[in-house]
Amino acid sequence: MTAIVHAHHTPTLSERLKDASAAAFIALILGIPMIGMTTVDQGGFLAVMTRWPQLALFVGLTFAGRILFSLALETIKRRSQGRKSGKSAASAAEAANAALKRGTKPESVIGWLAVGIAVALPIFFSEDRYIIDIATSVLIYIMLGWGLNVVVGLAGLLDLGYVAFYAVGAYTYALLSTQFGWGFWEALPVAGGLAALFGVLLGWPTLRLRGDYLAIVTLGFGEIIRLLLVNWTELSGGPNGITSIPRPSVFGYAFLPPDTEGSIADLLGIEFSPMHRLLFLYYLILLLALLTNLFVTAMRRLPLGRAWEAVREDEIACKAMGINVTTVKLSAFAIGAMLGGFAGVFFAARQGFISPESFTFSESAIILAIVVLGGMGSQLGVVLAALVLVMLPELGRDFAEYRMLLFGFAMIVIMVWRPGGILANRAPTLIHVPTGDKA
Amino acid sequence: MTGKTLLSVQNLTMRFGGLTAIDNLSLNVPDQAITGIIGPNGAGKTTFFNCLTGFYKPTEGAVTLNHPTKGPIRLADLPSHKVAQTAQVVRTFQNIRLFAQMTVLENLVVAQHNALQKASMFSIAGLLRLPGYRKAADEAIERALSWLKRLNLMDIVNVPAGALPYGTQRRVEIARALCVNPLLLCLDEPAAGLNPKESAELNTLLLHLVQEEGVSILLIEHDMSVVMNVSDHICVLNYGRKIAEGTPAEIRVDPNVIKAYLGEDEDDQPVEKAS
Repeated sequence: MTAIVHAHHTPTLSERLKDASAAAFIALILGIPMIGMTTVDQGGFLAVMTRWPQLALFVGLTFAGRILFSLALETIKRRSQGRKSGKSAASAAEAANAALKRGTKPESVIGWLAVGIAVALPIFFSEDRYIIDIATSVLIYIMLGWGLNVVVGLAGLLDLGYVAFYAVGAYTYALLSTQFGWGFWEALPVAGGLAALFGVLLGWPTLRLRGDYLAIVTLGFGEIIRLLLVNWTELSGGPNGITSIPRPSVFGYAFLPPDTEGSIADLLGIEFSPMHRLLFLYYLILLLALLTNLFVTAMRRLPLGRAWEAVREDEIACKAMGINVTTVKLSAFAIGAMLGGFAGVFFAARQGFISPESFTFSESAIILAIVVLGGMGSQLGVVLAALVLVMLPELGRDFAEYRMLLFGFAMIVIMVWRPGGILANRAPTLIHVPTGDKA
Repeated sequence: MTGKTLLSVQNLTMRFGGLTAIDNLSLNVPDQAITGIIGPNGAGKTTFFNCLTGFYKPTEGAVTLNHPTKGPIRLADLPSHKVAQTAQVVRTFQNIRLFAQMTVLENLVVAQHNALQKASMFSIAGLLRLPGYRKAADEAIERALSWLKRLNLMDIVNVPAGALPYGTQRRVEIARALCVNPLLLCLDEPAAGLNPKESAELNTLLLHLVQEEGVSILLIEHDMSVVMNVSDHICVLNYGRKIAEGTPAEIRVDPNVIKAYLGEDEDDQPVEKAS
């Protein structure tokens, strides 16, 4: 066989060190203004202070991190190598089978590690309101990213108006709870169902559209929902929004100050702390996000999920295989919208106040960016991208006017470095492992 | 050949604005046989397939499939996915249309979507992993593997379809079409890009499908070593019109066909297709 086999080039130690040094150098350049210098208010004027030890630590961490990262990437690559190289089909299959037999997928290890960190996080930062708030935000975006992943990543339908479903979920809960006294758990399925209905409403007229054209219509849909919320004052409260939305309760007990009826602190006999509610909200969104992940991962392995991916790959071939593309697309819109609606309910319950301000196009753009940067269809990629995109503006707070610059720069870097997203490898939903019947 | 007519095409006309791609075509496709459709590029062969399989609505005329259990089905009234699902008329494409990022096995399982979707009760039984669904899913995989085995594709089961060489992709597309359980298989240039050895294997496969599996085949092909060797019946199109019809032996010597397509040089050497 003279076929060219693109054997994966394993970097040598010196190459790794060189690569890590390059990363450390970039970190140094970036770090001088970001970490090395800080401004201090000295009675009316600003003085520049230097923080060289922190900078050195940052550069060192980048160096070590880059080496670790390249090692981790190596493992992932080796596994996917078999799937990517079609030049030598037989060895590709062997590699895929070998990866399956090894049983340890780097993605799933990282996934479990991430879950572990997420569960343990409040134990270390139980008094740090800022960290818990940011982590809760990240989790909301992760959940939204997983929801949008169904529509964009799996079904390949470019949706720029996803925030509309988030808004439908949030307003449904806000109205049901403030007008009719519904609780969080009762409103959750109703809001999800209503959002799914809106998903079908959007999906139906756009069935024949693809790519850019679909993107424009969905963009318009998102704006219609927002403008409706701004202008339909009787229903939505207009620009003033809806206030005093009840917080989620636990079996009828709420996080209220002591000596109030239904206070959890009284029930459990513990000292009241406003942090309890935040921690509860954190674990609630963690639970919702993990359920979303389980659901989407399971769907992907079912006939409907495979049909979503098939529609993304080739709609005409789907029709020739007898697949009703209409129902497949509508189901993707509906399920994606439902997950967005669930996230919206949580958002309303967490904020206690919602207004159309929270559901602007830039939200849709961020959620879409999370899906695209993460790697279309990759569940773990969404987590990494959400971390980057939500944390980055937070980290950049110290130099306010440059934070969007940093944000944009990071996005460009990711796209240049990995054009398919951070985790661009598609994991097959089925792998056939030959049994002993054939050598 | 059973002597019955599986598909009857009556006065089929397809116009695109001023262009008549198919002009008053009538044709009977016999059951459990291979019918070749040949003709120069632009003769309307692929348009004919598109009319059969619901991708185009014919301007005039009727296409009727005589389904052994469901009776006559008018294909032009059905949307394309129903043509595959209900009438069991399944096609492949001239420019291969595989689900490129999905593995070969996934491609073949997706082709069994309707049965699996039913078994998964619109995903509910699937999410609960009920035994009924799991059995159906296992059977779908078995079925896919048995076709892959038959087409000698077992060593690429887990490879993404888009990464395969051209000739292999052609075979995968045929295997995928077979997973839809076709009564009539419409192959659009299955031998394009195959080497002589692969073409010979294709011949064996097509004959096997008709004789052992009872599938009827409608075959668009420029490779005369395939068409002339396996077809029971050949229909020649030129500018949307049928210019000849008959057995391979008859077609080979038909003056109209030689003039329009095969070329004056008559020693079994068809002119190379100009593409």
